[in-house]
Amino acid sequence: MTGVEGFMYPNEVELQWSALIVLYPYITGLVAGAFILASLERVFKVAAVRPTYRLALLTALAFLLVAPLPLQLHLGHPERSFEMYLTPHRSSAMAMFGFVYLWYLMVVLVIEIWLDYRADIVRLSQTRRGLTGWIYRLLTLGSRNVSPESRRIDDRVGWAITVIGIPSAFLLHGYVGFIFGSVKANAWWSTPLMPIVFLFSAMVSGIAAVLLLYMGISWRQKRKVDMLCLDTIARYLFYVFLIDFSLEMLDLVHRIYEADESFRSLDFMVRTRLYTSQVIVQIYLGTVLPILLLAATQVLRLSERLRRGLYAAAGLLTLAGIFAMRWNVVIGGQLFSKSYLGYTSYKLEFATREGLLTTVFLMVLPLAILWGLLKLLPPWPEREAA
Amino acid sequence: MRNHVREAEHLIRLALVFLAGGAAFLLIRQAVVPPGFGVHGHYRAAALEENRLRPAVYAGQAACSDCHEEQVKQRAAGSHRGVACEACHGPLARHAADPSAAAPRPPDPVALCRRCHEADAAKPKNFPQVVAQDHSGGEACNSCHQPHRPKV
Repeated sequence: MTGVEGFMYPNEVELQWSALIVLYPYITGLVAGAFILASLERVFKVAAVRPTYRLALLTALAFLLVAPLPLQLHLGHPERSFEMYLTPHRSSAMAMFGFVYLWYLMVVLVIEIWLDYRADIVRLSQTRRGLTGWIYRLLTLGSRNVSPESRRIDDRVGWAITVIGIPSAFLLHGYVGFIFGSVKANAWWSTPLMPIVFLFSAMVSGIAAVLLLYMGISWRQKRKVDMLCLDTIARYLFYVFLIDFSLEMLDLVHRIYEADESFRSLDFMVRTRLYTSQVIVQIYLGTVLPILLLAATQVLRLSERLRRGLYAAAGLLTLAGIFAMRWNVVIGGQLFSKSYLGYTSYKLEFATREGLLTTVFLMVLPLAILWGLLKLLPPWPEREAA
Repeated sequence: MRNHVREAEHLIRLALVFLAGGAAFLLIRQAVVPPGFGVHGHYRAAALEENRLRPAVYAGQAACSDCHEEQVKQRAAGSHRGVACEACHGPLARHAADPSAAAPRPPDPVALCRRCHEADAAKPKNFPQVVAQDHSGGEACNSCHQPHRPKV
């Protein structure tokens, strides 16, 4: 049989979870990571990252809006997914995830963004005309009160929501890891470390994405990058990356030392079918190299220009590495037989519902939404005015 | 106190928007969740009655033996004794009720036999299985085997 080596059970030959299911944890990871970066400023009072606070929130919102789409496109009857809100089954992890998603979208992100932008929205509602004016007036909810006292209340409520938001972001992405980690029949997935590894890799990818977006937008709009902000984000990226890498290695060492009945089969898979995506892309290019680049910026005295270049390179490599990590989890978990005696292969289709074109479209869509959000809610209004 | 309420008026408006959203959700839920959902389990209670009212399409083994005694005897003596007549011939309740109303279609022996007997490593070793192409070169199985008592 083409693409099959050794013995596969009949229902294992064809992969059921496609590249779209790879995209789903990748996108939710970017959401959770971007939000954690925003919370650094809000809750942990890291003032240096202030310039990216709003950008991080809008990035999280843009990606969160797209997060369920890969799942919807994977379903034969996407319209039925709404039923998990109407008649939720409490024993289904996916059904409960719908509520986690809704909570995070509506209660955490939308309210936090609204509270932070309220003064700007009120100002814009008074100056803009036409359709955008209408949108701003709608967003004010009819209240134009931006007195210092009302802003003080906003600030306190916003802080409380961010505090609630941190465990919510952890829950959102830890949950995605949980869905894989709880599949006890699959030795590649079934580990209690999975939610934690997913969470830290989410933080890494989200921070890297905001770092790159901040640099990219500043370059595009010919604005000077706040180097203190960039250095601080890169430092946090470095720290979180170290923890993430340690956890992944801990998982690896644990698997090697435990060497249960699945080990030889999985080890063979990593050395053959997953070698490029796991060893080369995920570990060497996507983890070790960016950590080394970031470490270089921490220990060497480098010029601003060089540091920016290294941050951009490290950010891009990180995003590619985390994507490879999601790929290796989702696709890798379906390549080997549960008999541990054979391997199948995955061929990414091109112009189909779950093909490459759809995957690329879903990856570009959040950036398009972010572009619209940045137009509607400019993150740096003081610079707009100047 | 009144001052606080005035300064937090926008938050009250926001809460009202959320309450309105919640109320709209409950109304939609009320309108679209079918009555009787969840009475017995995570499904529509009326579905049980609807399924019960659907006409049976299988006649059952006893109905076949009323008329086709010879074939039933042969089947009972061979290795297909555990396979019900309608597993190969299809659902035939209408035929059993009135043999002239619906005549059973003879099964396609090439496709039908392969469904169970095509070689597959996942099947138990002692189950009779062949690679049909090598075994018969596409010739109909019943040109050598008697399906009711499948010996050569």
